[in-house]
Amino acid sequence: MRILLKIILLVVTGIIFFTGLAFAEEHFFEIKAKKFSYTPNIIRVKIGDKVKIRLVSEDVTHGIFVDGYGVETRAYPGQDGSFSFVANQPGRFTFRCSVTCGEFHPYMVGYLVVLPNARFYLYALVVLFIGGANLFFISKKKA
Amino acid sequence: MEKEKLFGLIDLNWRFELTKFKLVRWIFKSRWFPLLALIFNLSVFIIILLAGFIGGYSAGNYNFGVMIVWILWWVLLMLILVPFFSRMWCMVCPFPLFSDWFQRGKLFEINTGKHRGLNLKWPKHLKNMWVMNIGFLVTTFFSGFFTVRPYATFVLLGSIILLAFIIGLIFEKRTFCLYVCQVSGFQGLYSQFAASEIRHKDEEICKKHALKTCFLGNEKGYGCPWLLTPFNFKKNTYCGMCLECFKTCPHDNMGFFLRVPGKDLLIDEKRGMDEAWKAFIMLGIAMVFFLSMQGPWGILKDMVRATTLKGYLTFIAIHSAFSLLVMPGIFFVFSYLSKLASANKEVPLKKVFINFAYTLIPIGLGVWIAFSLGIILPNGSYILHIISDPFAWGWNLFGTANFPWTPVFTGLLGYLQGATLIIFYLFSIAYGFRLSKQTYPDLNQAKRGWIPMLCFLTLITLTFLWLYLG
Ligand code: SF4
Ligand SMILES: [Cu+2]
Repeated sequence: MRILLKIILLVVTGIIFFTGLAFAEEHFFEIKAKKFSYTPNIIRVKIGDKVKIRLVSEDVTHGIFVDGYGVETRAYPGQDGSFSFVANQPGRFTFRCSVTCGEFHPYMVGYLVVLPNARFYLYALVVLFIGGANLFFISKKKA
Repeated sequence: MEKEKLFGLIDLNWRFELTKFKLVRWIFKSRWFPLLALIFNLSVFIIILLAGFIGGYSAGNYNFGVMIVWILWWVLLMLILVPFFSRMWCMVCPFPLFSDWFQRGKLFEINTGKHRGLNLKWPKHLKNMWVMNIGFLVTTFFSGFFTVRPYATFVLLGSIILLAFIIGLIFEKRTFCLYVCQVSGFQGLYSQFAASEIRHKDEEICKKHALKTCFLGNEKGYGCPWLLTPFNFKKNTYCGMCLECFKTCPHDNMGFFLRVPGKDLLIDEKRGMDEAWKAFIMLGIAMVFFLSMQGPWGILKDMVRATTLKGYLTFIAIHSAFSLLVMPGIFFVFSYLSKLASANKEVPLKKVFINFAYTLIPIGLGVWIAFSLGIILPNGSYILHIISDPFAWGWNLFGTANFPWTPVFTGLLGYLQGATLIIFYLFSIAYGFRLSKQTYPDLNQAKRGWIPMLCFLTLITLTFLWLYLG
């Protein structure tokens, strides 16, 4: 069952990825970091897009690390950091501060959403499917 | 009679005794166990308190106390201990050690005589989870402090241990653990799902044994400190796994079993509003914690860490109202719909509400496991740092003090969280329909009455799925 799901996910991702590549865009985001949040805190791009990020600190030194992509940079007060990457995995990924910047540092996060958020839709479909199957089997139950 | 099978596969009555292995039985019967483990834990606990005190207001992610408690302990509790081993934490918990010691006058040997202290009975109308419900909720008001500030962790743990001692002076045995401890309520609730249990082996042997030494105690051990009757108790909820009954039973009739997860959910004993509300509160807290800790909204973080009094009070008000009123309110509507759909006029609505509240236990545990993954995978590496330099004095005990922050598998976090939710959703609905059959006597009523509840569980699962990965 799980393997099947993985294959489906892979195929879906593959299709989306290659159709996405044809329409890939370039995005530039300037993210401001301030204890303990980012502005913008949620960035949305499409699969295959090229994403360039500049991190600007508005108080102390902060960092940014993107889950799943493994890219990281830091911004010191008055000195920006930047990186770029190709958004080749769909889904929502958390980006996190990578420099201890105060007590709430571990909670300083933002979201990168690479559309379409296939894994969310896939999981949601699985839930609905299970619910439906449950209903079906139960309706068939005899005393 | 046909056997009841979970998912049509696993026999619900399957259990496997672990204490049939000589070594395990010997350990369980020894007076050194769990005492030694407990003393080890106490020493870690003392370092935690010290580190918390010394750490003061510094950032918690480089503090031994904060990291061990809120990364290691909490995650271990939710990820492994409770789901697999029920209240195994209580087995080795150092909080009530001093009160036990005071009451018994002895740490290792058995005091078969009178216990010190007032030994009062806990008031009857408080013999439930309400004190713990409120206590836990109120504790979470300060989550923006003790999960990040060493000194706040010190104060929290210090006051729990002090409270345990004071309650022990006044009330009998483990009254504190049963009805007061903040950590106890949710362990009790979710341990009903656990994949293991302590129960008697052979009912007949217990019946024939007139002098119930597991309850009364003897020269080998104490009568159940948790005031249970080990010879016939049926649910994990209030079993602290202290193992005294293994020592006091002259017939070796107590066993520690692996079992099918969630079995207790079907046992209609002591079900009540208190446990229903515990289930709501835990879901509410998970949601609020996720939004404020793993969500990207600075406004919420500022409220939780009390940058302004107004913001902080708003957080407390919304958080409480959500857990105590909104969640139960929505659930009430679905319970009402269930009763309507079933077309059963006799079953009291209260019973529908309470019974179905137990379907929230598996998914609730799943929500917490998924949340905990979001703590440990990104932040686990801090632990390497703090074990080498527990007091931030520049030590390097194990050579890992300079290990950099390294998130582990965080790219897969969403997948893992989603899969966890789905697995526990499966358990919730598998038990859900059985609870429906317990609620409505007639199969067709049970089928119809189940539909609104299935909708509710699906909705809750989708909501958390959306929060975690949407
Ligand atoms: S109930 Fe609380 S104090 Fe008692 S053993 Fe469990 S965690 Fe420790
Ligand atoms: Cu930061």
